[in-house]
Amino acid sequence: MSTQEWTYLIIGITFALYIGIAIWSKAGSTKDFYVAGGSVSPLANGMATAADWMSAASFISMAGLISFMGYDGSVFLMGWTGGYVLLALLLAPYLRKFGQFTVPDFIGTRYYSNTARIVAVLCALLVSFTYVAGQMRGVGIVFSRFLEVDINTGVIIGMLIVLFYAVLGGMKGITYTQVAQYCVLIFAFMVPAIFISIQMTGKVIPQIGMGSVLNDGSGMYLLEKLDKLSVELGFAEYTAGSKSMIDIFAITMALMVGTAGLPHVIVRFFTVKRVRDARKSAGLALLFIAILYTTAPAVAVFARTNLINTIHESTYSEVPDWFSNWEKTGLLSFEDKNKDGLIQYHASPEINELKVDRDIMVLANPEIANLPNWVIALVAAGGLAAALSTAAGLLLVISASISHDLAKKVFRPDLTDKQELRLARGAAVFAVIIAGYFGINPPGFVAAVVALAFGLAAASFFPAIVLGIFYKKMNKQGAISGMVVGICLMLFYMLKFKFGLFDGGVSAVNNLKEEWWFGISPEGFGTVAMLVNFIIALTVNSFYPAPPDSVQEIVENIRIPSGAKPPQNSH
Amino acid sequence: MKCKKRLLIRKIPSARRYQNKAANMSNTKHAKKYWSKNIRILSILLFIWFSCSFGTSILFKESLDHFMIGGFPLGFWFAQQGSIYIFVILIFIYVRQMNKLDKAFGFDEDQDSN
Repeated sequence: MSTQEWTYLIIGITFALYIGIAIWSKAGSTKDFYVAGGSVSPLANGMATAADWMSAASFISMAGLISFMGYDGSVFLMGWTGGYVLLALLLAPYLRKFGQFTVPDFIGTRYYSNTARIVAVLCALLVSFTYVAGQMRGVGIVFSRFLEVDINTGVIIGMLIVLFYAVLGGMKGITYTQVAQYCVLIFAFMVPAIFISIQMTGKVIPQIGMGSVLNDGSGMYLLEKLDKLSVELGFAEYTAGSKSMIDIFAITMALMVGTAGLPHVIVRFFTVKRVRDARKSAGLALLFIAILYTTAPAVAVFARTNLINTIHESTYSEVPDWFSNWEKTGLLSFEDKNKDGLIQYHASPEINELKVDRDIMVLANPEIANLPNWVIALVAAGGLAAALSTAAGLLLVISASISHDLAKKVFRPDLTDKQELRLARGAAVFAVIIAGYFGINPPGFVAAVVALAFGLAAASFFPAIVLGIFYKKMNKQGAISGMVVGICLMLFYMLKFKFGLFDGGVSAVNNLKEEWWFGISPEGFGTVAMLVNFIIALTVNSFYPAPPDSVQEIVENIRIPSGAKPPQNSH
Repeated sequence: MKCKKRLLIRKIPSARRYQNKAANMSNTKHAKKYWSKNIRILSILLFIWFSCSFGTSILFKESLDHFMIGGFPLGFWFAQQGSIYIFVILIFIYVRQMNKLDKAFGFDEDQDSN
């Protein structure tokens, strides 16, 4: 069978599976819709959290990013896993004990104020919308390359699938499709990695292959060889990297704290039965995530070495099929600058003739390594599973923010459960349509903003939640001013140094690097904004009276694990 | 790791002594004691979390790179592999420690009616 037939077959089977699960797990109440009835097992929740978390960016872009960044790429690996330690130790068990439906629920109740709740809702919407647009785009790319349909048609097909199971099943449908999607995506990621590891080093486990001797007879370690190749082509040594230490430190911290503060990840811990299940499922989630995250750097090394070996100094007229296939998508391009008919790949833009979009490294990797057709099809299905699962999780946060946090808790407290459920479904449809619109017409800054979403989450939610749990005397004035100043500072820094808003547009951004505060890039600035949030919150806190006794009692109560009630839609 | 674990558990009084008190949730002294043990477990684990990610993989990366394990420079290995393994292990240690602590203080949920 051809690659395309395989792709139709595998994607068809996985889609049928997702739809089947959705029909089986239809939501009957708001409790089903928001938190899957609050009775998901830790194992299922661990897998669902892993799929929820690993987006198109993790599956499609991350290994490619790392392969072009070398050591600097470690910020993503550590940042997007280390955050789970914070989540498990500082947030998940307490928020589960608190036991309502959303993050704004916690902020609004703990800080006894609808202002706090609305600030939290706005932060949640800002973070989730930027994130979800990137997912729909990922769906479009996979469809256009592997099924050769138009990117827009791809986005619309993706929208319909998500719409179907998110609207019908809510959190319940999403949870069990995410379990299936985790299995698809991890299988799709591991199979080519194992194949290539065996090809290049003779080791079955990619994590070991990455640090082994090449089996091309040279007797060199793979990383040693890649360091040498990189230096020859004018790049920095692969294992050394080129970012400053303070920037690496700040970006890693911002990504970790941001991970712990992302609403679509936090809500997953509302779906388990007991506090101890919340702790355990955080551990399982990280275990499942770690399988992909420790393989990705190996894939990065294999792909980079393979790319340089097969393409550099080869004759353009004799390039393999995959090269021309990807050239059609515009993600790979060649310009014969010195007219010798050979492809030269080099760090310096004057002599470099090859442009490779980092997003294609994972998708093209099986083709570059000449793997069987079904493996290539599998990777396409995996990319879709990763994008759809994350999109669904985010859409749920958006719909719950609108129907629960705004409609039910602020404007119309008299809504019945049935009405709220109908509203939640309507909000999900609305959110899918907006996400699809941005997937079809991506604003140029989507990719940039997705990375910054972590900074926004770090600067707003994390300090407010941690202080709410660990500092009983924290009052609403402190928390609200912390959140507002934190997120505004982060937005300001982003607009100034990422979009050049105050200095004449995006073109001016490169010249502003010298002015970075403390030498920290916009991606790492979430760390600074988070610290500012903490400082402002604590300072303002000291000028106002302590929270009422009833609130202090809530705090004492969430610190003790026993007696956790299933989430209720009332106080 | 082993010796640290023991340190954590040593000072927790036997489960039985507290069983009756746990029934009474308003016993704030009991809850406070639980909370301070919890904070202690957190601080130790977060200290390891910090030193294994920011310490070995960033601040001391260059000096560790002089050592090799297989084909990996050590600092690079910590940054792209080791730190992630340690994160997973840390959460599972936390789960175990907290389950023990809950039991010792009579806060474990197995006794709940659900």
